[in-house]
Amino acid sequence: MGIKIVLGIFLGIGVIFNCLGSLGLLRFPDVYTRLHASTKATTFGSIFTSLAVIVYSLSRWSSIGDSKFIVLALHTIIALIFLIITNPTGAHAIARAAHRSGVMPKRAVIDQLKEVKLK
Amino acid sequence: MNEFFKIFIIPGGLLLIFMLIALIRLILGPTTPDRVVALDTINTLVVAGMILVGAAYEEVIYIDVAIVYALLSYIGTLYVAKYLEGGPRE
Repeated sequence: MGIKIVLGIFLGIGVIFNCLGSLGLLRFPDVYTRLHASTKATTFGSIFTSLAVIVYSLSRWSSIGDSKFIVLALHTIIALIFLIITNPTGAHAIARAAHRSGVMPKRAVIDQLKEVKLK
Repeated sequence: MNEFFKIFIIPGGLLLIFMLIALIRLILGPTTPDRVVALDTINTLVVAGMILVGAAYEEVIYIDVAIVYALLSYIGTLYVAKYLEGGPRE
């Protein structure tokens, strides 16, 4: 019974943050704010949904002793590590590409990064 | 199908709805980086949902597919970003 409460908390946090990320992707005005909303919020939410799976499989493994669940937990940990490494790196690459391809933030007047590079 | 099936499959379905919300941005997006951001979000949600489905059906193969999908989507995002930056500038 206690494991269900823990799983409910973790999955609730994960689903709420994924919802906020996709809503921010829909609602925000330009590329940089959309990137800010979607990348950070979906990374955090995916960490929590994966943590729920890890806790579930470790508890099933300790109660039953089936080796399938420890494999499930280890592979989920590997997928979570890849998610944590690759997601901010990809967001950084997208932001740099957006700036270099000339997309300005909404209502921006000056671009000091470009002025620094011209000097 | 044990008692934990519904606990994992319902957040999986909710993640599917959030993928559809991101798909709206991918269709509407005024500039190309907007579409790339939406595709990156969809990829993250697909990985998270695939892990949840693997836990619901108690199959490890879904999670192996999620690992490969995460790496391939990362390479795809980097490639499109490199393409958007343009060639070498003097």
